[in-house]
Amino acid sequence: MFATAKEIVISARSLTKKYKDFVAVDGIDFEVRRGEAFGLLGPNGAGKSTTMKMIASVSQRTSGDLSILGKEPNTQGPEIRAHLGVVPQKDLLDRELKVWENLFTYGRYFGLSRKFLKDKVEELLEFAQLTEKRMSKADDLSGGMQRRLAIARGLVNEPEILMLDEPTTGLDPQARHILWDRLFRLKEQGVTLVITTHYMDEAEQLCDRLIVMDKGKIMAEGSPAELIKKYSSKEVLELRFGTDKNEAAAEQLKDLAERIEVLPDRILLYTQKGEDLLTQIVDAGLNPITSLVRRSSLEDVFLRLTGRSLVE
Amino acid sequence: MTDLKFSPGKAVDPQRAIRWGAFRVAEYRIRVLSKWLWSVVAFGLGNPILFLLSVGLGVGALVDANSGGQGLGGVSYLQFVAPALLASAAIQGVMDEVTFPTMDGFVWDKVFFAIGATSISPRQIADGVMLVALLRGLATTLMYLAILLLFGAIPLSSFAPLLLTSMLAGWGWAAIMMAITARLKEDDGFFAIISRFVIAPMFLFSGTFYPLEQMPIYLQPIGWVSPLWHATELGRTLSYGAAMELGMLLLHLGYLALLGLVGMSLTYPKFRERLNS
Amino acid sequence: MITQALVSQAVAIQERRSGKPGQAVYSGRSRTILERGFYAFKSSSWLIVISGFVEPVFYLLAFGFGIGQLIGDLEDGAGNLVSYAAFIAPALLATSAMNGAIYDATWNVFFKMHFGKVYQVMLQSSLGPLDVALGEISWALLRGLSYSLGFMAIVTPIGLVTNLWGLLAIPAATLIAFGFASIGMAITSYLKSFQQMNWITFFLLPMFLFSGTFFPVSVYPEWIQTIVQALPLWQGVELVRSLMLGIIHPGLLGHVLYFLVMIAGGLWFTTVRLKALFMR
Repeated sequence: MFATAKEIVISARSLTKKYKDFVAVDGIDFEVRRGEAFGLLGPNGAGKSTTMKMIASVSQRTSGDLSILGKEPNTQGPEIRAHLGVVPQKDLLDRELKVWENLFTYGRYFGLSRKFLKDKVEELLEFAQLTEKRMSKADDLSGGMQRRLAIARGLVNEPEILMLDEPTTGLDPQARHILWDRLFRLKEQGVTLVITTHYMDEAEQLCDRLIVMDKGKIMAEGSPAELIKKYSSKEVLELRFGTDKNEAAAEQLKDLAERIEVLPDRILLYTQKGEDLLTQIVDAGLNPITSLVRRSSLEDVFLRLTGRSLVE
Repeated sequence: MTDLKFSPGKAVDPQRAIRWGAFRVAEYRIRVLSKWLWSVVAFGLGNPILFLLSVGLGVGALVDANSGGQGLGGVSYLQFVAPALLASAAIQGVMDEVTFPTMDGFVWDKVFFAIGATSISPRQIADGVMLVALLRGLATTLMYLAILLLFGAIPLSSFAPLLLTSMLAGWGWAAIMMAITARLKEDDGFFAIISRFVIAPMFLFSGTFYPLEQMPIYLQPIGWVSPLWHATELGRTLSYGAAMELGMLLLHLGYLALLGLVGMSLTYPKFRERLNS
Repeated sequence: MITQALVSQAVAIQERRSGKPGQAVYSGRSRTILERGFYAFKSSSWLIVISGFVEPVFYLLAFGFGIGQLIGDLEDGAGNLVSYAAFIAPALLATSAMNGAIYDATWNVFFKMHFGKVYQVMLQSSLGPLDVALGEISWALLRGLSYSLGFMAIVTPIGLVTNLWGLLAIPAATLIAFGFASIGMAITSYLKSFQQMNWITFFLLPMFLFSGTFFPVSVYPEWIQTIVQALPLWQGVELVRSLMLGIIHPGLLGHVLYFLVMIAGGLWFTTVRLKALFMR
C-alpha cells in the first residue's frame, strides 16, 4: 500500500493512562495515517480499549501527548467526536428504539437535520442489509444484524475515522465474513479504520499495519506479514501427546525445531518445513495423538513476544 | 486448573431431594432475600412509624378535634386506623415476596426453569416461594405489632389474634396474586397497572381511613371484595371490640381463607403446565 | 453508497461552536435528547406512564372527601376556613409534579445508565455531558408537568381552584418537577445497585407524609418544623398552596429561589457524574 505517503490523522507520544495505581496504558507511541486500517492486537486487559477510549475523546489521558486530526481531546472533545464513528464492543444499541430510530436519533445527536437524515438512514440501512428490519426493535435482531446496525450507526455522521472495538467477537463465521466485507468497502472509500481485536485471523484479514500490545505497552509494530516474518518461522507443527505426557515429549523434541513452545494442552514446533519435521518425529518412534501442520500466524508472534497465548 | 472429582450418579440421594424440595427452594429465596435484609427491616419498622405519626397522630389530631372522639365508635382515630394499617402492611409484605420472585422465575431471569430441571417439583417451587413470603410477612407483621403496642394503638391481648388475621389476609391475597403472576407471559408493565389501579385503591378505599359505609353505596363493593376490608373489620373487633355478629366474623374469616385456597389451587396447575411443557 | 464529502455536515455543525465557552461539555443540543425520549416513549407502554397521575387523585378522593367528612373545615394560613379537600389538593398537585419527575429521573435513568448504556452512546457522539444532563432532566420534568396538568384538569372542575392566582400553580409545578428531576438524576448517578435505589423510596415516603401535605406543620414542635421546612416537598407544597388559596406574599419568591438552587445544583452534579462515569 502507499499509505505511508499520507497525512497523519492520529498521533500518540508517551501516551499514558492510569486508574489509581493501575497503569492501563504505559507510555505508548504510534501514528495512524489517513485511509489505512490500523489494528491494536492484544489479549484482554492489554490496554487496547483504554487506548481506543482516549482516541474517541471519552477518556482523559494521564500524561503524554495525543492529537486527533490536529485537535486536542481534552478540550476539543465534541469537535473531535464529530469526525469519528465509534462501534463499541457490545454494540450498545438503544433497546428502547426501533432499528431506524437508532440511526436517526444518533444522527440528531450530531445536530444533523431531519431532512439530511431521512435519506442517510435509508442509505445506511441498505449498506447494513437491514432495510427490511427497519421497524423491528433493536433487541429483536440477531447478533450479526446488531453488529451491522452498530456499524451503520457509527457511520451516520460520515466520519473520517471509524473506531471498531472487537468487531466480530461473538459472531458466527458467516456473519464475520459479511462484516469484513462491509469494512473492506469502507476502507476502499477512504475511511480510516482503527480496530482492536484479539483474533489473529481478523487482524491478518483487515489490518494494513498493527501494534501488538501487552500490559499497556507496545511489544511490536508492523504489517501482519512483517511481524510474522520477523518473530516466527514459516510453518508450525502442533502436536498433542495427552495431558500428562506433553512435558516429557517436549524434552525429546527440543533440539529438532528452531524453537519450541509447550502449552498446557499441546506442543508447538517452529520450523520451515512442518511435514518433514513430522515424518522425522514419527520415524524417531514418538507417536503424537494428533498432529497439525499450519502456517505461522500472529498468535505465534504474540506467543514469542510475551510467552503467553492471546486467547486465554 | 485442577481435575474434577467425579462420581457420576452417586452424589444425590433422589428420595431425599424429592421429599424436601420446597425447603430447598425456600433456602434459595432466603439467600436472595438476605441481600434486601436491611430494606425489609427498615421498611418493616419505618412504615408503621411513619404512617402512625402522620395519619394516626397528625391527621388523627384533626379528626379527633372535630369529632371529640365520638365519630368513630368511641375510639381515637389512631386506634381506628391501626388495625387497617397493620393488615395493609401484612398484605403488601407477603404479596411483594410472591409476585416478584414468580415474575423472576418465569419471565425475567427464568430461574424456575433451572430449578424445574432438578428433582424439585413445580408445586414445591410454588410452596417454597410462598413459605418465604409468609416468613417475610410474619417479620413485617411482628414489627408492626410491636410498634402499635408502643404507640398504645392496640391492647396487648389483641397481639396474637391480630397476627393471625393479618397473616391470613396476607396469604389469601398473595395466593391470588401468585396465580395471576404465574399466568404472565411477559413484563409489559402489568405490575405498574396492578399497583396503580388495584393495590392503591384497595389501600385507600377499603374502609382503611374512614368507615366503608361512609362511601356512596356504589363504591362500597370495592371494600367487599378487598381482603384489606375483611381483615380490617376483623382487626377492629379484635383490637377495640367493635361490634360484630358471629355470622359476619365467620364470613370475614371464610372469605380470606377462600382467597388463599382458590389462589393456590389455581397456582399449582399453572406452575406445572409452564414448567413441564 | 456512502458518500465522503471533504468536511461532513456533522463536523461543520460542531466547528460552529468551536471556541465557545464550555465547548468540552456542552454542544447546545439537549433537545435531541428530548427527541430520543419521544421516540422511546412512542413504542413504550405509554398508557402506564400517563396513568401515573391517578395516584394523587385517589389520595384526594380518599383523604379529601373521605377523611374530610371526619375533619370538616380547616383554617388556611390567612385565617379563612377552607375545606379539607381544598387544603390537601395543592399538596397533592406538588406531589404529582414530584412523583412524575422523580420516577423518570431515578428508575428510568438508573436503567439507562447501567443496563441500556444509553448515555455512554450519547457521549460517543459530539454531545457533551451537560447536553445529556439537561436533556434527560427536561424529559423527566415533562413527565412531572404532565402529571400535574392531569391533576389540575380534575381538581379545577370540582371547584378546588378558587382564584386566578391558582393558574400560576402550573408554572410552579413545572419548577417543582424541574427541581426534583434535577436532584433525582444527580443522586441516581451516585447509586450502583437496586438495593441502594430503594433508599430513594425510603426518603420520599416520609417526605410525602410530613411536608404539610395532610395536616399543617404547626402541629410539630419548633425543631421538627425547621427540618420539615428544609425539605423540597414542603417548599413546593407551600408555594402551590399559597397560589391556589390566593395567599400571595413576597416570601413565595424564597420558595422559587430554593428550587432554582436545587435545579442548578442537580444539573452541576449530574454533569460532573456523567463525565466521571462515562468519560474517565
